[in-house]
Amino acid sequence: MSILEVQNLTKKFGGITANQDVSMTVEKNSITAVIGPNGAGKTTFFNMITGVYQPTTGMILLENEKLIGLKPHEVSKKGIARTFQNIRLFSEMSVLENVLVGMHTHIKAGLVGILFNLPAIRKEEKASEVKAYQLLEYVGLAPLLNEKACNLSYGAQRRLEIARALAAKPKVLLLDEPAAGMNPKETNELTQLIKRIRHEYNLTVILIEHDMKLVMEISEHIVVLDHGEKIAEGKPEDIRNNPKVIEAYLGTGAVQAG
Amino acid sequence: MLNEILQTIPQVVIDGLTLGAVYAVIALGYTMVYGILELINFAHGEIFMSGAFIGTAILIVLTGMGWVSAVPAIVMLITVLVLTAVLTGLLGMGIERVAYRPLRNAPRLIPLITAIGISFLLQDIVRFIAELQKGNYIVTGPNLFKDQISIKASSISAIFNDASIKTSFVIVLVTAVIMMIGLDIFVNRTKWGMAMRAVAQDRETASLMTVNVNKVISITFFIGSALGGATGVLFAVQYGTIDPYIGFILGLKAFTAAVLGGIGNIRGAMLGGLLLGLLEMFASANLTLLSGGVFGAEYKDVFAFAILIIVLLFKPEGLLGKPVTEKV
Repeated sequence: MSILEVQNLTKKFGGITANQDVSMTVEKNSITAVIGPNGAGKTTFFNMITGVYQPTTGMILLENEKLIGLKPHEVSKKGIARTFQNIRLFSEMSVLENVLVGMHTHIKAGLVGILFNLPAIRKEEKASEVKAYQLLEYVGLAPLLNEKACNLSYGAQRRLEIARALAAKPKVLLLDEPAAGMNPKETNELTQLIKRIRHEYNLTVILIEHDMKLVMEISEHIVVLDHGEKIAEGKPEDIRNNPKVIEAYLGTGAVQAG
Repeated sequence: MLNEILQTIPQVVIDGLTLGAVYAVIALGYTMVYGILELINFAHGEIFMSGAFIGTAILIVLTGMGWVSAVPAIVMLITVLVLTAVLTGLLGMGIERVAYRPLRNAPRLIPLITAIGISFLLQDIVRFIAELQKGNYIVTGPNLFKDQISIKASSISAIFNDASIKTSFVIVLVTAVIMMIGLDIFVNRTKWGMAMRAVAQDRETASLMTVNVNKVISITFFIGSALGGATGVLFAVQYGTIDPYIGFILGLKAFTAAVLGGIGNIRGAMLGGLLLGLLEMFASANLTLLSGGVFGAEYKDVFAFAILIIVLLFKPEGLLGKPVTEKV
């Protein structure tokens, strides 16, 4: 069963076409990778799914519901969460607070209740802190909960971004180059973490990644973009041997030579 | 000389804290909006002024209905404070919606000029209404608190003089402190306060975390303006006479306080306000003495601003501000 449908998505910035006619279907509970050389339009593609950019033409459906025209906070409320290529934590806030911001939409407290500090609100505050703590435990950051986000190590910041995204209880999780800048050991831990959250949170994962070892190991479906267009899609073993993909990565002539 | 200065300390501290608390609460409005939009909302001083007029108007109406003599003064004050806070809060929210939001992505100078325009507009609207209703734009409200309290500081130590204060000073101070504590709890402990800080740091990321950025900005304007308007009421109660131009110089000083504490930093605004109030009162009491009669008490502002300049020379980010680092 498909959860996310992308149909003929095109995005133009003035005269530059960042995405041209990209379509894809994402199966529920699957892991899909979007790969391609630098500048292929992968992040633009993510930005359209999350509502940061409105596509010039095309359609995006989450569980058959249109996402076009929605603001980013509305899209994220529908169940799409993401992490960023260059980490974008709330660096002056604590680790715990970062996760609590992720829970924003699930904390019911209205302004009137806050004003009078009703007992029910306090109880809810406690409950959300407990939930946030559990998420931090899950990604292995619980001991650092009161640390400022900017003081975390690089790998820890990446895991905090994942915890913050999970806090919104998404249906679809978008990971933008989660392994960028990680050493092989950290990448390996990340691979395990992504596999685990997919099962335990019943998630659909879409990731942009350059680390081919990670991509091949983790994904069930791969979409390849080049110059804004989809040039191939399929199972990892098909993509590995696809001449068009090899050409996009290594240049013309590489196929014959290899 | 030192003895003479020491003698005035109790009075200076009491007056300074009261004035400083007023600065501090208004400074909060500047700093909150700056933190979230990087906009210096020059209309904020006029929100304070509007609060003073709205509060006085409500008081005059209630006096006409015979309430003021029937109800304890403190109950009256709380009623007027809450009503005015809600009204000025809505006013601030409305100004953001109509005047600033359409310019959200414009170059930064444009909303700044708009803010100055709004402040002239508010001054003239208030003056117009006041002259229409009272025939004069300088308005005197009913006096709620007439009592004087004397503090026997001399009984603590012989070097101090006794201090005397109007009851209204105590009320101003207590109310302002309650508002500051309330805001601090709101910003640090609640969902919307957390969302506010998140939006201040990175608007786009916050919106991707389900935070409705426009709503957060509206709430910020509501709270800042409600606090500013309530402070206007306190000002009117304390000084009795108000005119449509009180917001200008007070707003400027509150803005100074916000810069002194580190603009964008909420606790910094509180600290900056209290400090500026204390400095000003200290100067007003002792300048003649310190300068051997060359400068009189009227130079108190010069003294306070000279201190500000010195602080900013050595710590340009303000007392509690963070040095600006380039966003990557």
